[in-house]
Amino acid sequence: MLRQISGSIAVAEAIALCRPEVVPCYPITPQTHIVEHISTLVKSGQLKNCSYENVESEFASMSFCIGASAAGSRTYTATASQGILFMMEAVYNASGLSLPIVMTLGNRAIGAPINIWNDHSDAMSVRDAGWIQLFVESNQQALDVHIQAFKLAEALSLPVMVNMDGFILTHAITRVDMPTQEQVDQFLPPFVARQKLDTDAPLSIGAMVGPDAFTEVRYLAHHKQKEALAIIEQQAAEFQEIFGRDSGGLIKSYYAEQSEIVFVAMGSVVGTMQELVEELRAEGHSVGILSLRSFRPFPGNAISKALSNAKQAIIFEKSFAVGMGGVLASEIHMATVSNDLKISSVIGGLGGRTITKKSLGKIVECAMHGELDKEVFLDLEGTTVVKELRRQQEGQSSGPVAENILRDMGVVSASKTL
Amino acid sequence: MNKQDTSTLNPSDRQTVKFYQTGTFTVGNRLLDEEFRTVQATTERSNSLDSGHRACQGCGQALGARYALDAAMRATDNKIIAANATGCLEVFTTPYPETAWSIPWVHSLFGNVAAVASGIAAALKSKGDTTTRVIAQGGDGGTTDIGFGCLSGMFDRNDDVLYICYDNGGYMNTGVQRSSATPPAARTATTMPVGDNPGSSFNTGKYLPTIAMAHEIPYVATASVHDLHDLERKVEKAMTFRGARYIHINVPCPLGWGSQPAFTIKLSRMGVECGLVPLFEAENGQLTDSTKIRYRIPVEEYLKLQRRFAHVLKPHNTHQLDAIRAIAESNIKRFNLL
Ligand SMILES: Cc1ncc(C[n+]2csc(CCOP(=O)(O)OP(=O)(O)O)c2C)c(N)n1
Ligand code: SF4
Ligand SMILES: [Mg+2]
Repeated sequence: MLRQISGSIAVAEAIALCRPEVVPCYPITPQTHIVEHISTLVKSGQLKNCSYENVESEFASMSFCIGASAAGSRTYTATASQGILFMMEAVYNASGLSLPIVMTLGNRAIGAPINIWNDHSDAMSVRDAGWIQLFVESNQQALDVHIQAFKLAEALSLPVMVNMDGFILTHAITRVDMPTQEQVDQFLPPFVARQKLDTDAPLSIGAMVGPDAFTEVRYLAHHKQKEALAIIEQQAAEFQEIFGRDSGGLIKSYYAEQSEIVFVAMGSVVGTMQELVEELRAEGHSVGILSLRSFRPFPGNAISKALSNAKQAIIFEKSFAVGMGGVLASEIHMATVSNDLKISSVIGGLGGRTITKKSLGKIVECAMHGELDKEVFLDLEGTTVVKELRRQQEGQSSGPVAENILRDMGVVSASKTL
Repeated sequence: MNKQDTSTLNPSDRQTVKFYQTGTFTVGNRLLDEEFRTVQATTERSNSLDSGHRACQGCGQALGARYALDAAMRATDNKIIAANATGCLEVFTTPYPETAWSIPWVHSLFGNVAAVASGIAAALKSKGDTTTRVIAQGGDGGTTDIGFGCLSGMFDRNDDVLYICYDNGGYMNTGVQRSSATPPAARTATTMPVGDNPGSSFNTGKYLPTIAMAHEIPYVATASVHDLHDLERKVEKAMTFRGARYIHINVPCPLGWGSQPAFTIKLSRMGVECGLVPLFEAENGQLTDSTKIRYRIPVEEYLKLQRRFAHVLKPHNTHQLDAIRAIAESNIKRFNLL
């Protein structure tokens, strides 16, 4: 059924169609509307046989998921930003114990400086945590990929995180096609746990493992993620058969194979890029996009193949490793060592800064003239940076950076409301 | 210990229960009429925590955990799922690939056992399973310090979990550091007996049983491993309530206390008899009962069997001894122990 709703409500209703049995939650912008709506669905009796609990922290929320999942329940939660940092130890634990929990990450920047707006720092902070990490470009995909996430998690007995851009997707009201319960039931079978706390068949979960077996346990986690590469594709195909939509999968190419210059990106920015690319192609330019829908597992082979005809890849990221640079860029470097490919890393959209078609257009223009640097910070206010650097050189007590910069930029009043 | 290669245990895989001692307290009054006998009086008991684990000789926690879990098993017709915090109990029971647990058991992290147990209880609730019950267990560090937030949350929501804290007065698994349950003056690796106020500081620390009572949960009790009948009774009683319950068990630790393994039961009793370890029960925040001290002993009798208090008994530290006496005195008044 076609509905005109926000991304958060769409996701909440999709989750309800997946019949979760346990949903703990903790508020943090911009994911809060998702769990608020699930709470109403449970309390009103629309979502049956579901224990919903507003717990005391994100650490408790993920720990609650761990207990519930180990006891054989389909389990879901959502968080963002500071929330995933607060639950970090349990995030690693959930994947270490191979528990098929599904979590939405309403992607948001990480402080300090505290910032509630969108970027991918939170997703990247858990890139080595052993979770499957999927990204979506639109609210329709968000809805669809959550349904696939449960099936994927349970097939592999691994936790799955669906990354959805905060505000840009969570708060945007768009048209979505909401599947029926029958369709979801046909796609997603009831949960059968690979390991379960059961009084009729007692087993111990979470034993201490020393050097004798630790490598094997860790290797298996890696192996399972590699298995996921095929399963993600297979399930996206199954999904398309039942729901008639192309959602999910490892990568999505928009003219990538037949273009000289290719953007590589994750999430909603692909939408902006699509508009730009259509315009540029209409003008006869050879520009395409490769959207990464699965970040973990990292589909290195698929990326290398999709970029086999490209001369230049512009890796666009909404986060970076401070002191190193673009994480995605360096991973794509690794995946394409045998391609004849020039790679530039473009960092943009940090802390919610708007990524305009115009700015992206300038990047392509530079690339076309062979003038794109290896590392670019999109729309960086160079003068402000220089001013602060000079201030720091001039005196040891130059004060807090964020406040200085706000004052320089004339947004000092904003500092009071942060 | 059970080899876990088959993952699940058949009853026949379990070790047969043997009686090592014949005293009345230790094997549960086998001379009594059957109905009065304790859980441990029969070889048919569940043996939730098998022998062969790696606890130190004389470990009070190993003893307390076995009695508590077996009692809970009897009370629920063997329908117990347990979650464990990181700590000695977790480490000495599950050295990969073996496990000493013959009940479904999960270990996640150091500071989250209450939330993990709440999650298990939520799963049972959504499945409509009202017979299986959940126990969370942790050491004093896992309970009073790092796991305190999750525990308070579990109390707040009144989740249907019995939380058992094994209090040995310190972070023993990491080599005896101070926790907020470490008694004043006690030597630990982070509160050495040096300076003017040797050992752990006075006027610090927190007592979780009364904090649990402040949450007005259905049932709170304290117990000590010298009176195992009392411990079993409290666990069985706890299982008659629904909602959040808390039992705080005093478990001597020969390694951390610097005491002889053979004195574990003796010290457990002496702690109670000198007034430093009050035994009581509370329902919905109100004290309902406390165990009277039978033969009151001076605190120094108790302290002198533990090297962690050796400095307290030195002549120049009488101010510390006086302060400890005052704590015992205040417990006696507060919990009505005489
Ligand atoms: C987050 C975290 N911090 C620290 C540790 C290290 N650690 C493991 S067990 C333990 C001490 C446990 O003390 P307690 O809870 O009192 O149990 P005990 O070993 O004394 O029975 C510590 C500090 C850890 N595993 N995880
Ligand atoms: S250190 Fe103490 S608590 Fe730990 S196993 Fe040894 S006696 Fe038991
Ligand atoms: Mg301890």
